[in-house]
Amino acid sequence: MVRASERDSKWSMVVDIDRCSGCQACVIACHAENNIKLPDEEMYETGRTQNWIRIDRYWEGEFPDVKARFLPVFCQHCGNAPCEPVCPVYATYHSLDGLNIQVYNRCVGTRFCANNDPYNVRFFNWWEPIWPDIMRNYLNPDVTVRSKGIMEKCTMCVHRIRRAERTADRDGREINDGELMPACAQACPTGSLVFGDLNDDNSKVSHMVEDERAYRLLESLGTGPNVVYLKKVDPEYKGEAVKHHG
Amino acid sequence: MKAPVVASDQLINEELLNTVLVTNKRFWMLAVLLSTGVFAAVVVVVLLIINGLSITGFNRPVMWGFYITNFVFWIGISHAGVMISAILRLSQAEWRRPVTRAAEVLTVFSLLTAMMNPLIHTGRPWRTIYWLFPYDFARGIWPDIRSPFVWDPSAVFTYLTGSTAFVFIALVPDFAVIRDRTTGWRHVVYGALALGWRGTPRQWKLQIVAGVLLSAIILPVFVSVHSIVSWDFAVALVPAWHTTIFAPYFVIGAVHSGVSAVITMMAAMRWLFKWDNYITPDHFDSLGRLLIVVASAWFYFTLLELFFSIFYVESHEIAVWDLRFFQWPYNLMVIVFVFTGYIFPVGLWLSKRVRRNIVAMFWISIFVNIAMWLERFLIIVPGLQYKQAATFSWGSYMPSAAEGIFVLGTFCFVGLLLLIFSKFFPLIPLFDIKEGKVLTTEIQVGRVGVPAVYREE
Repeated sequence: MVRASERDSKWSMVVDIDRCSGCQACVIACHAENNIKLPDEEMYETGRTQNWIRIDRYWEGEFPDVKARFLPVFCQHCGNAPCEPVCPVYATYHSLDGLNIQVYNRCVGTRFCANNDPYNVRFFNWWEPIWPDIMRNYLNPDVTVRSKGIMEKCTMCVHRIRRAERTADRDGREINDGELMPACAQACPTGSLVFGDLNDDNSKVSHMVEDERAYRLLESLGTGPNVVYLKKVDPEYKGEAVKHHG
Repeated sequence: MKAPVVASDQLINEELLNTVLVTNKRFWMLAVLLSTGVFAAVVVVVLLIINGLSITGFNRPVMWGFYITNFVFWIGISHAGVMISAILRLSQAEWRRPVTRAAEVLTVFSLLTAMMNPLIHTGRPWRTIYWLFPYDFARGIWPDIRSPFVWDPSAVFTYLTGSTAFVFIALVPDFAVIRDRTTGWRHVVYGALALGWRGTPRQWKLQIVAGVLLSAIILPVFVSVHSIVSWDFAVALVPAWHTTIFAPYFVIGAVHSGVSAVITMMAAMRWLFKWDNYITPDHFDSLGRLLIVVASAWFYFTLLELFFSIFYVESHEIAVWDLRFFQWPYNLMVIVFVFTGYIFPVGLWLSKRVRRNIVAMFWISIFVNIAMWLERFLIIVPGLQYKQAATFSWGSYMPSAAEGIFVLGTFCFVGLLLLIFSKFFPLIPLFDIKEGKVLTTEIQVGRVGVPAVYREE
C-alpha cells in the first residue's frame, strides 16, 4: 500500500494554447469549486475581482487584421517560487508533490508574496466574503472560505488531489492518470488544460511536455514553473509579435 | 567651531530647563494642532481595522504603497541621531553638542513611528505581532529566516534598543539636575530615573565611557538597519527593485533626509523655545556643509541606479523607467524630486549666507524631505505597476484618503512625541553644553582668532 506521504508525484498542468478558445469556462468552474468571492459592484469598481485562473487576452496585428490571443494564467506552482522565501511566517511553502501551498490561517497579510510574484496570480482578500443567502448552501465544504486580510491563490485543487490519494490509499493502488483533475481542467470544453503527474512516465502530461511547442511562462526569471504551455500553431503567423519571453 | 554659549552654569540650567518647568503659548498651539493630526490618524486606523484594507488604494499588482513608503521614510529619518551623535562624537566635532539629544530622540521616535507603518499596512496588526514577535513555538514552526521581513524587525529593534540606551545614558546627569529642582512626585520619578547620580568623577568617567562605547557599537547597526530595509526590496524579483546598489544607496539617502530633519527640528526648537544662544547660525552652517557632501554622494547613487537599469537592456526594466520619466504623475514627481532633493538645496548650500540663514535652512530642509519621501515612493510603486513583460496584468495605484491621513498623522505623531519629550526632559543636554563651555574657555588664550577646544587625550 502506498501512503500519500510516500508517493513520488509531481503534479503539473499542461496548457495547450492552440486549443484555448478563451471561453472562460475554467474561470467559472474555479469560482464554483473554490468558494471564490463573488464580485460585487464595489469589487468591480476598484478592480479587485479575484480569479485564480484568468484568461489574459492579447491583441495581435493591426486593425482590421486583428487576432485575439488567449493565455490562461494561474499559479505556476514554481519549483523555485519567488513568493515562498519572502513570507516571514511560512504561510506559503512548497509541498513534496510539487505544489505551492498557501496556508490561510498562517497568513498575516504582508503581501510581499504578491509583490514578488511575477505572474500576478495571488489575490488579497480586501473584504470579508459575503454570499447572497441563496448561495450559502452552494459553498464547497472541502475548501476553506477565506476571511479578509489574507492571501489566496490557485491550489491546483489540492483538496481533490488529497481525496484521490486517500481513495487510492484505501484501495491500495496508485492514482491512475486522468483519475483526477482540477475544476478548470474538468470544465475546459476544448481539452486545453491537461492535469497529471510529471513523475509518472506514462502520464499524458509527461508526453505533452516533450512537445517542441512546450515553454514556460517568464522562464528567464528562473522561477522554474511547474506549469507548461504549448505554443499556438498559426499557419498565418507572420512572425513579428512574439518576442522571446521565456 | 566657536563655542555657542558664554554663560554661567546657572544661566544654562535656567534657560534649558525652561521647557520643562514653564509652558509657553506656542507650545500649547502646536500641541493642539499635532494632537488633531494624531487623532485623525487613529480614527483612520480604527476604520481600517473594522473595514479591512478595502478602504486603501492597494490593488493587484501594487500591494505596497503609501504605508511602506512612509515606513522607509521614517527609518531614514531615524538615521539622524546616530549620524549626529555617534559619528560626530567619535570624530570630535564640537559643534554637535546642542543638537545631539534632539537628534537621538528623533531617532527613537521616528523608529517607533516607522514600525507602526508595516503593522497597520497588514490590516490585522495583532496577528503580525503575534506571529513575528513572541513567537508560538508550540508547533515547532519558526519564522522563515529567509524572509527579509524577519531580518527587518530584528535590525530595527536592535537599533531601537541601542538608540534608546544612547538617549538614556546621555540623560542621566540631566535627570539629576531636574531631580534637584523639583518636589513631590516629580522629584521621586526623576530621582529614580537619575539612578543615584551624584556627579562624582567616577560616575562621570563611566558615563563618558558608556557614551563612547555605545557610539562605536551602534555604528554598525546604523549601517545595517537601512541596508536591511533596502533588502526588503532588493531581494525581490520586481524590476527596479532587483538591484545590488540598494543598501549603500538607502543608507546615504537616509543620512541625507535624517540630517535635514535635524535642521528642521533645530529651527523649530529655536522658534519654539527661543534658544538663540545655544542653537546658532554656526550649527546650521556646519550641517549645511556636511549635507553638501552627503547629498552629492546620495545623488551619485541615484544616477547609478538609473545607469545600472539602462545598462543591461531588459524590456521590463526599461518599461519602469519609461513610466517614471515620461508618464503622469511620475514625471512631475521625478522633476520635483531631483530639484528639491539635490539641485536646489545643494546649489543654495554652497552659499555661506544661505547656510547661516535659519529661515532659509528650515525651508530647504523641509523640501529635501519632501524629495526623499517622493524618492521612496518612486522606488516602490512604479516597479510594482509594470512588474514583468506580461502587460495584461499591469496596473496602477491611487492612494486613498485613509492612506494620506495616516501618513500626515505619523508626522504629527513624531512632532507630538518630541513636544511631550521636551516637556519632561531637557532637549539640549545641559552637561554637554557646560562641558563644551569649560573646554573652550580654557584654550581661548591660544592663537588669536582661532577658536579651539581643549581636550584631554
